[in-house]
Amino acid sequence: MKVNEIISIVEGNLLSKCVDLGREVKGGCGADLMSDVLASIQPEAVLLTGLCNPQVVRTAQMADVAAIVLVRGKIPPEETIELATEECIPLISSPYGMFELCGRLFQAGLNSLERPMSDQSPCDCER
Amino acid sequence: MSENSAVKGIIIDDQVAENITRVEELSYELKVGEVMTKNVKSLSPEMKMGEVLDFFRQDRISGAPVISNGSLVGVLSIEDLIHALIHSDMESPVGKYMSTKPITVRDSDQVVEALKIFVSTGLGRLVVVDNDAKMVGIITKGDITRGLLKALQREIQAEELRTYRASHLFEDIESDRTSLILRYNIKQGDFLRGGQASSHIKRALLRLGASPQLARKCGIAVYEAEMNLIIHTTNGGVIRAEIEPNKISIDAYDDGPGIKDIELALKPGYSTASEKVRELGFGAGMGLVNISRCVDNMKLESAWGKGTRLSMKLFLQEKEVVGEGRSSTS
Repeated sequence: MKVNEIISIVEGNLLSKCVDLGREVKGGCGADLMSDVLASIQPEAVLLTGLCNPQVVRTAQMADVAAIVLVRGKIPPEETIELATEECIPLISSPYGMFELCGRLFQAGLNSLERPMSDQSPCDCER
Repeated sequence: MSENSAVKGIIIDDQVAENITRVEELSYELKVGEVMTKNVKSLSPEMKMGEVLDFFRQDRISGAPVISNGSLVGVLSIEDLIHALIHSDMESPVGKYMSTKPITVRDSDQVVEALKIFVSTGLGRLVVVDNDAKMVGIITKGDITRGLLKALQREIQAEELRTYRASHLFEDIESDRTSLILRYNIKQGDFLRGGQASSHIKRALLRLGASPQLARKCGIAVYEAEMNLIIHTTNGGVIRAEIEPNKISIDAYDDGPGIKDIELALKPGYSTASEKVRELGFGAGMGLVNISRCVDNMKLESAWGKGTRLSMKLFLQEKEVVGEGRSSTS
């Protein structure tokens, strides 16, 4: 699924400039805990989160996240948008809550890219 | 941010959206003088329109400035020439058909200024003058397009060159042991810039030719360590990354307060982080666990009241070596 398809499914606003809307998204992950994201997410996922600070973008950058969707119509501070633009990561704000967003994207065929705690393999996932 | 940068419900299906934004930026960075056509041929007001026809046809141009006694007095465009043709008035002088009081831009103006004038006036060309109002060239929309494309091309080549140079960094240097050391000072409580050092290290590794997987592992490990310095230290700390062709060693160290019980600190879920830090999405007690999963070797030393040193090592297999000519994308 491509980033622009995700934007239409979540009926989102694209907040960051400098994005590749044709970038391929391989799956999804929903979390507010950045350490959880860093521990569990596999590359090229869309990250659904309620957190709006610049650390979300840094986390996304480190974990090779393909796009970030902020839930419940949250508008992040300017620094977050600027960093997303700088790092060319699509930052999207959707009016829907986390539960509905996961449902919408899962129904549209996007699978989970979160690994369980029991999976202790190192964080170099298949790309 | 401005109104139009938020696109509702999507949808510019444009793979080069990134470049479009860069083009916008470039129109502010580039100066008119950098993209204009220099050495422009000019007309005199006394020249006959018939001569202009030959001149335009010969040089394949669609307009020219009119100069009298060294100063700019007007501009003659192909439309003016057509007027003369319609009236079969080719014996008349240029002065009769030219538009006087031509709109000019200065060579030191930003390209975006010229664009604004093109949009607001519908003109096809502007005369470019210097600070002494002397004509130095002409600018058309075509000049701007060419100038922007050239600038973009230059930037792409510069990044390719940087990556190429970095990916061969170690190749031509002979020593018993060559390494590249990157140091970053991390300020306590600086959440706004938290992750910047990790970001720089990750980018450096990619430029050096590290695989995306390796850069990701390193990025995640250093990021957790960097956040630890920001969250838990008294005076901040230092991240030192030593990159060798087949080994990456990263140390994150500080001068206090130190860890009271290392075994407890390494336990998944244990954290001493404040509520504020937890609100930022950190402090779940997973940092060190995460790090140990991403690196091949992790060592944590600490003395309460003295400080902490976290050492991380990644060993690169033969096909993963950095700085010896391997490209990160191949």
